[in-house]
Amino acid sequence: MGRKLLLDKAHIEGIRYYDTYRANGGYAAAEKALKTMGPDGVLEEVKKSGLRGRGGAGFPTGMKWSFIAKPEGVPRYLVCNADESEPGTFKDRYLMEFIPHLLIEGLLISSFTLGANSCYIYIRGEYAWIPEILEQAIAEAKNKGWLGKNILGTGFDLEIYVQRGAGAYICGEETALIESLEGKRGNPRIKPPFPAVKGLWQSPTVVNNVETLAAVVPIVNIGGDEYIKYGTGKSTGTKLISACGNINKPGVYEIEMNISVEEFIYSDEYCGGIKNNKRLKACIPGGSSVPVLPANLLLKTAKGETRMMTYESLADGGFATGSMLGSGGFIVMDEDQCIVRNTLTFARFYHHESCGQCSPCREGTGWMKKVLHNIEYGKGKMSDIDLLWDIQRKIEGNTICPLGDAAAWPVAAAIRHFRDEFEWHVANPQESQTRNFGLAHYADPLPTPAAV
Amino acid sequence: MAEEKKLFKVKIDNISVEVEPGTTILNAARQIGGEIVPPAMCYYSKLQGSGGKCRTCLVKVSKGSDADPRPMPKLVASCRTTVMDGMEVANITSPEVLDARKGVVEFLLLNHPLDCPVCDQAGECHLQDLSYEHGADATRYEFKRRTFDKVDLGDHIKLHMTRCILCYRCVYTADQLTEKREHGVLGRGDASEISTYISQSLDNDFIGNVIDVCPVGALTDQTFRFKNRVWFLKPVDAHRDCENPKCCGKTVLWMRGDEVFRVTARKDKYGEVEAFICDTCRFDKKEAKDWIIEGPRKIERNSVISQGHYVNTVKPKDALVEVLDGRQPKLVFNIHSESQVNRPEIDLSKIPGPAHSDDFKK
Repeated sequence: MGRKLLLDKAHIEGIRYYDTYRANGGYAAAEKALKTMGPDGVLEEVKKSGLRGRGGAGFPTGMKWSFIAKPEGVPRYLVCNADESEPGTFKDRYLMEFIPHLLIEGLLISSFTLGANSCYIYIRGEYAWIPEILEQAIAEAKNKGWLGKNILGTGFDLEIYVQRGAGAYICGEETALIESLEGKRGNPRIKPPFPAVKGLWQSPTVVNNVETLAAVVPIVNIGGDEYIKYGTGKSTGTKLISACGNINKPGVYEIEMNISVEEFIYSDEYCGGIKNNKRLKACIPGGSSVPVLPANLLLKTAKGETRMMTYESLADGGFATGSMLGSGGFIVMDEDQCIVRNTLTFARFYHHESCGQCSPCREGTGWMKKVLHNIEYGKGKMSDIDLLWDIQRKIEGNTICPLGDAAAWPVAAAIRHFRDEFEWHVANPQESQTRNFGLAHYADPLPTPAAV
Repeated sequence: MAEEKKLFKVKIDNISVEVEPGTTILNAARQIGGEIVPPAMCYYSKLQGSGGKCRTCLVKVSKGSDADPRPMPKLVASCRTTVMDGMEVANITSPEVLDARKGVVEFLLLNHPLDCPVCDQAGECHLQDLSYEHGADATRYEFKRRTFDKVDLGDHIKLHMTRCILCYRCVYTADQLTEKREHGVLGRGDASEISTYISQSLDNDFIGNVIDVCPVGALTDQTFRFKNRVWFLKPVDAHRDCENPKCCGKTVLWMRGDEVFRVTARKDKYGEVEAFICDTCRFDKKEAKDWIIEGPRKIERNSVISQGHYVNTVKPKDALVEVLDGRQPKLVFNIHSESQVNRPEIDLSKIPGPAHSDDFKK
């Protein structure tokens, strides 16, 4: 059994409520942080822990926190990004729904560290039932003196507000989230200035993912030095993975970042293998925006090493032969899945969710969707595949926010690794409507490059 | 304050320029001038917060600054990126930039109707210039283009959303010039549109300026719509004492003969207005006697507008008088009486079938 830090008490009945949470060691970290460690002490531990942002980009949290500007007389804000809308990602929902106090404790410690007296949880609009759970937990914590004025007699004040989004994926981008929180249209801002300097209401702001803020609690509890003993290399600690697709046991798993991808998919502790004894065809290891990998490249890197569930190992080989850990939305596809159809689904999603602010993403996502639609429904041309490649190349990197990249990457990776499946669709327009391309050679072991 | 201001040295396409700290790359390039200036469709120097959206002004920063010489990882929007000391920028010298710009132009034109022949903006349209300079000669888009219905925004302004490239300039104009903004962007993605909320009409002293800032023909002047092509008109600088204290009263009249077809603000060579004018000047003062005319407006030589000297400018020399040298013209012979075929009294339309020489021998 892998060790757990976040979900170790998730099985306890009633952990959602304050009394049970407190009885099981909850708010001990907050007490420790506020009474003995002080803001600098917590920041030091978080830096030491090597905690990386769990929202997708994997930026070191300690570094992000130390960037925050501290001008006199200007309030600072902590914003918790709970706008979890990436297809395939549902880890934060689990955390907020079942252990809300873990998040609130994390928010308390983080706000204390940053010197923020107001904290906002921006939650995805579709999570309609979770704000109530969070607000109930906030009320409980406030009653017990963990929120409000002069917490634990330290003179630190904190209020946590829950704000619901209106169902836009783009509001998960931090500056769009801030705009939306201010009551404006959720268009990403042009950076610089970064939120750490001018964020919410033009004040210094830190935006962190739910899981990142929750992970601060075990870090304070066990200390940064102990935390890096979990995981491998620069991927320290544990990560929540939301596994879905053609697997026997879909769900949210907390993994220590030292297991291999193969173990994660096939071991009974985690996904429990592919459903109906089918064979693995492809996998998107980190939510819909990261590149899809065929089975042979998923289990072994291009160098022939075993691919591990870590930030570095999944990114090994760059985008040519690797992918990203991203937000941990682990989507597994078996041999019956059609990559073209899957890519079309994602392209449709990004077309629907593009905010329309900058031209490459506004026009390009729709174009990619239409071309993919033609290919999927047997109306494609061979030149369409090259056209798709050219469109994604012209979107990637030329947009204001990362949504343009996120829209381009899945298409690019699908063409890069599954080009023959696209060509088969174009060459066999009739047949492609009745059957799938199947596994083909996508699981064949790759020739191991000779050692140099 | 400090007597000598420290200036930043910037190199754009290997041309050095010294600019004040805080200047954007685009404005530094404009100080150099010439063909190295990146095109800008959404940036507008007079509107705060504009820019960054159209992505046509992308440039490559090949050296960040003297302090940090690393290049920037992605192409940056030059209108919103401020210069650093020692920065080196590649615009037209970078094939990567030109390629990306070509891509952006293609994206901008993807859903644009290309109805220039019936568009009032033709001849002074930034998108026309942009696609002429940076675009491809054909589109690879094979799908139906996005269309919208035309909307009247009040009596004076027509919104033709199909042509819009969503530069947000008109939104910033309404925000910063008028007392209350009544229009904005609704919807998202390629379905987003400029619209007034619940189709309120725009009625504000300065709202007419959205017509001037619109780089394409999405917002046009209803009082001018379909009246004339801009290149048939003669632009003249004019002014009047405007009662509105915020209005500068300095305009351009677009005239043909003595008739004033439309009134606009004065635009500089980047197509940005020099000072905004009020709606009274723009829509209500359409007679030459309302204005004090200063003289012809200088228009860039290569603009189609400066080709349009059609009215009363070039008179064909009457050569007949010289050739006849005082003599009167006289009829040499009547072609109708000489020719058998050319007989006006026979109506060709009354002849059944094709005409035959027999028809003329009667």
